[in-house]
Amino acid sequence: MANRPSTAFVTDPIPASAGIGLRHPHVTDFVTRRPPVGWIEVHSENYLGAGGPRLAALEQIRRDYPLSCHGVGLSLGSWEGLDVDHLARLRALFDRFQPGLVSEHVAWSVQDGTYLNDLLPLPYTEEALAILCRNVEQAQEAFGRQILVENPSSYVSFAESTIPEWEFMAETSRRTGCGLLLDVNNIHVSAHNHRFEPGPYLDAIPLEMVGEVHVAGHFVHAFGDQAILIDDHGAPVNDAVWALLREALRRLGSAPVLVEWDTRIPPLEVLLAEAEKAQALLDLSVTGGARAGAGTPVRVA
Amino acid sequence: MLRDLQTRFREGLLGGDAGPAMVAIEEDTITPAQRFGIYRNNVLGSLAGALAAAFPVVERLVGQRFFQAAARTFVQQSPPSVPQLLAYGDSFPAFLEAFPAASSVPYLGDVGRLEWARVEAVFAADAAPLDPSALTSVPPEALADLRFAAHPATRLVESARFPIHTIWRVNQPENPNPRPVDLKLGGQAALVTRPGLAVETVAISPGDAAFVQALLRHQPLGEAAEAALAAEPEFDLQNGLTAHLKSGTFSHIV
Repeated sequence: MANRPSTAFVTDPIPASAGIGLRHPHVTDFVTRRPPVGWIEVHSENYLGAGGPRLAALEQIRRDYPLSCHGVGLSLGSWEGLDVDHLARLRALFDRFQPGLVSEHVAWSVQDGTYLNDLLPLPYTEEALAILCRNVEQAQEAFGRQILVENPSSYVSFAESTIPEWEFMAETSRRTGCGLLLDVNNIHVSAHNHRFEPGPYLDAIPLEMVGEVHVAGHFVHAFGDQAILIDDHGAPVNDAVWALLREALRRLGSAPVLVEWDTRIPPLEVLLAEAEKAQALLDLSVTGGARAGAGTPVRVA
Repeated sequence: MLRDLQTRFREGLLGGDAGPAMVAIEEDTITPAQRFGIYRNNVLGSLAGALAAAFPVVERLVGQRFFQAAARTFVQQSPPSVPQLLAYGDSFPAFLEAFPAASSVPYLGDVGRLEWARVEAVFAADAAPLDPSALTSVPPEALADLRFAAHPATRLVESARFPIHTIWRVNQPENPNPRPVDLKLGGQAALVTRPGLAVETVAISPGDAAFVQALLRHQPLGEAAEAALAAEPEFDLQNGLTAHLKSGTFSHIV
């Protein structure tokens, strides 16, 4: 059974519709009620146990929903390179569950073999770009497939950075052939924290490489009369982020859009309502957008 | 160099000197220290949170504030080496046992071991429990030589001094008013199994603990029975074995 995909799984690719992140408090709802969302995404590292109820539930849910696997522990930005054991564990997970999309972050979380459990920021330098691209290539080779990489949210800028983040993202995709996961909440958060305009960011992203879009809520942390936006995925998507999604979809035409919620997780209904909002914007974009039909999601072998 | 930056970040994030990391951060109206502090808080807070999820009874026994302080100290000393939170925390019980601030709660370590055994059981490999009919086909004279393979989820947790199962049971989150546990109850053994998808945790008698311990060490059934009777002369071998077949302690005959 292990590592062999069930023939009962839905084989559809991730549709260009709204999905939600599957979180543990909602698993029973998914098993018993099959809530109406187009697809689901899980954090890959939560499913690397050898067996047990978590994997059994995903096995069952996978029969009804296209699945995306979103990694949080590969540390694509680590100078020390990737953990080959972790790559192998992820490969086994993907072989078993046959996700339609596999994604990770432009960030790092491992140093000297220690896992720091946060998506830490990279300086945007030629050296970091080369390291990131080498690691992305290694991951794509280990998985035998293309991955998407997500633009980060961050709270610091590095004095040594020489490349704008949007160029860093675009160049990673150009050099490695990886797709992009455009997180518009992260763009909003980083734009506020680092005082740049989100519009030119979207302009610089190669739309044909965008395979998925994320939206989420964030938290405003005040420092005196200043504030930093913290990407905690613990609140409803705010209006500015919805507006940025609308703007992204105007350019993309359509794409799979995921609503993420990771802290202070609300009842499933709240997430489904957020997904409906995202779907309404997708519908609007496809029927009314000037670029309807453009922006076909990246094909994944 | 990226290597240098990541080395300095790791040091500062885990409670060391953050100065070298902050040097790399651009000055602004919000200081590098404030910005770096966000990451440090994320790292320590999220890993302490992962420990709280794995050790809910320990957290309840000491209270949230104490637990957070202890967990953050542990995180700084023993951060995870594998990027999977579900595998993080196996050495936390030993840390608690040696943690000076927790010396007034000497049973924390053993209760923590029981909670960690349950975490391991949740994520252990799937396997069918030993089919009782497999025993009926064994000729009586061969029974004493049988050896069993433990189910991948089976864990035996013994405390020499503390009634860990009782403490664990009365301090479950759904119990709003846990009654005090009389520590004079003394040591207890708990058996954790997962015959299906749900983890089961039961207290077992000293004889049963000796019995399971021997079988988990691949000693033959005859020797395990002797060990059980030595520990507890009135131990009922037949009932004991039947209970283990039901709880899925073993997966097959070796």
